[in-house]
Amino acid sequence: MAIAQAIGDTIEDQRTPPPDPKKRGRFTPYLLLLPGMLWLAIFFAVPLVFLFSTSLQTPVAGGEVGEFEQTFNFGNYVDTLTDEYYYVPLFRSFIYSGIATILALLIGYPLAYMIAFKSGRWRNLLLVMVIAPFFVSFLLRTIAWRQILADEGVVVGALRVVGLVGETGGIYPSALAVITGLTYNFLPFMTLPIYASLERVDPRLIEAGSDLYAKPFTGFRKITWPLSMPGVVAGTLLTFIPAAGDYVNAELLGTGKNSMIGNRIQYEFFNVRDYPTMAVLSFVLMACIFVMVLVYVRRVGSKDLV
Amino acid sequence: MAKADVTQAEGDLHLERLTKQFGDFVAVHDLSLVVPQGSFFALLGPSGCGKTTTLRMVAGLEDPTAGTIRIGDTEITHQKPYRRPVNTVFQNYALFPHMTIYDNVAFGLKRRGVKDVNKQVNDALTLIQLSEVAQRKPAQLSGGQQQRVALARAIVNRPAVLLLDEPLGALDLKLRRQMQLELKRIQTEVGLTFIHVTHDQEEAMTMADSVAVMNNGIIEQLGPPTELYESPHTVFVANFLGQSNLFPATVQETDGEEIILEDPDGKFRMPKERVASGVNTSGGSNVLVGVRPEKITIGPRSEAAAAPIDGNYVDGVVESASFLGVSTQYQVRTEGGEQIDVFAQNLDVHGLLPHGSHVRLTWQPHHGFVLAPDQDIRASADVSAGVSG
Repeated sequence: MAIAQAIGDTIEDQRTPPPDPKKRGRFTPYLLLLPGMLWLAIFFAVPLVFLFSTSLQTPVAGGEVGEFEQTFNFGNYVDTLTDEYYYVPLFRSFIYSGIATILALLIGYPLAYMIAFKSGRWRNLLLVMVIAPFFVSFLLRTIAWRQILADEGVVVGALRVVGLVGETGGIYPSALAVITGLTYNFLPFMTLPIYASLERVDPRLIEAGSDLYAKPFTGFRKITWPLSMPGVVAGTLLTFIPAAGDYVNAELLGTGKNSMIGNRIQYEFFNVRDYPTMAVLSFVLMACIFVMVLVYVRRVGSKDLV
Repeated sequence: MAKADVTQAEGDLHLERLTKQFGDFVAVHDLSLVVPQGSFFALLGPSGCGKTTTLRMVAGLEDPTAGTIRIGDTEITHQKPYRRPVNTVFQNYALFPHMTIYDNVAFGLKRRGVKDVNKQVNDALTLIQLSEVAQRKPAQLSGGQQQRVALARAIVNRPAVLLLDEPLGALDLKLRRQMQLELKRIQTEVGLTFIHVTHDQEEAMTMADSVAVMNNGIIEQLGPPTELYESPHTVFVANFLGQSNLFPATVQETDGEEIILEDPDGKFRMPKERVASGVNTSGGSNVLVGVRPEKITIGPRSEAAAAPIDGNYVDGVVESASFLGVSTQYQVRTEGGEQIDVFAQNLDVHGLLPHGSHVRLTWQPHHGFVLAPDQDIRASADVSAGVSG
């Protein structure tokens, strides 16, 4: 009885008037946002401001290499963007990552489709296999592609037999090798969001389409594809954006002729120590990607999304 | 755009010796059926009885293991679903969520490359009284509205056969009643063959011209609703459609057009035509006698000391009485030990026969029916009670 009484009292104690739900609810969302916002402010917004101010700096007259003073020299942007040494790799970055994105979509979509609709009890195993490469370092995997695409490797050997590659020709190092590496490295980022979208498509909708005279391909085009668009948009963005800024693939699988903007940024920073140019390139890359993504999402994303 | 090459076919739907197996499980067993053109046909049965599988075979969404499907003279047994002149209203409606109502309804017409799509879609939307929502997406509609859109999307194609897979299952009771009448109106208006799959006996009886009662992959009985109700051929049908009192009896003799039966409560006379086909009625054989609760008249025994001249009767004691307003439901224990349910219309204002009253139950000979004995008396009684409530 005493215990029951005590418990009763405890419960009684907790019956303080509940805080006004409106009042409490008003602050909860902000509290939940706080850690993320702080993180972004310290590690994204502030560095961005530093980066932008760096992009406007000028070398100190008679100073050492890497010594700059804060100015507002917007001419840095003009000088950099009119220099073939910079704008060609920038352009090349978008070409390479664009091709890699399309290839990843062509490989990733059927793969995701197969896993979502046809894999049966193998589904989880196949999903693990899509993610499995992440257990090995990104660098190691990319270096491995050197072996795969090497002149004495299987791929080139097979292509020589078929005649697609000349007796003395090869694939590595080349633009093709860089694009192959990009496609390979970002394929899971394409496959997984598409899978997530396809997995939510109700198979009964496809049956309904078939019942309403849609042949299999028409059914795919009119029902499955539009319903998987959120995954396709997410997958292409997750592939294109990091691929455009990547420099490892170009570094390991290409030559100087295949340099991407990432390679230039890396070189300016670590070797030339031309920090303003590095900052300009970073900002331009960011701006270009931002504009492209905006146009893409508005063209593709707003339409057909459920 | 590739236009679907849809088979032209017209006439009655014939299912001949249709069988569907999933591994070892026989979902539909040697089923034969003719659905007359332009009729409203119901496939009625508990879940798992094979009715939906049958429907899906007609739609082309399942491939029959054996047997044939014809519309008129055209065989469609193994034809792809998109070539069949058959459309389905799916149980969950399966409306395309990314398309407007208009585009949903226009989908089939566009695939076939029909001209004047616009007019036909608008006519269909008028038919279901939803013209004003044409530009909305399915998610913005209520369940009842989505149901009607699913119907319009199928009907607009004027299929030779329209299949409805439990189309009203997701609606609440009131809306369901309303949609039953609406479906019947639309069917009469467009004159298409409707095949309606349902587990709700009331729904089947309200709408259908004929009903096939399915159980364990076979058709137990097929006929107009009144015939199924008044003359069930199996215990399953007797219990699945409404309620029945069933008790075992022995055939004593046949007397001209009548058959005389006996059980611990006495003798019953019944016209021979009330005996289900295939029941052995030679003297001494066992049968089941059935009579519907509302066909029985109940009265105090003292008022009827003499046996009624015309009719069967048993005497018993009231075990329970529930007053339902429009009727009173009695449970009576007969002297022979049977429990009999009686629905008495409240024609008098005398009130109930109290618990423990000695009563006499009488019914007209042609109101009873006789079934084969080798069946579980409870067959489907629980099922129907479970789903119709």
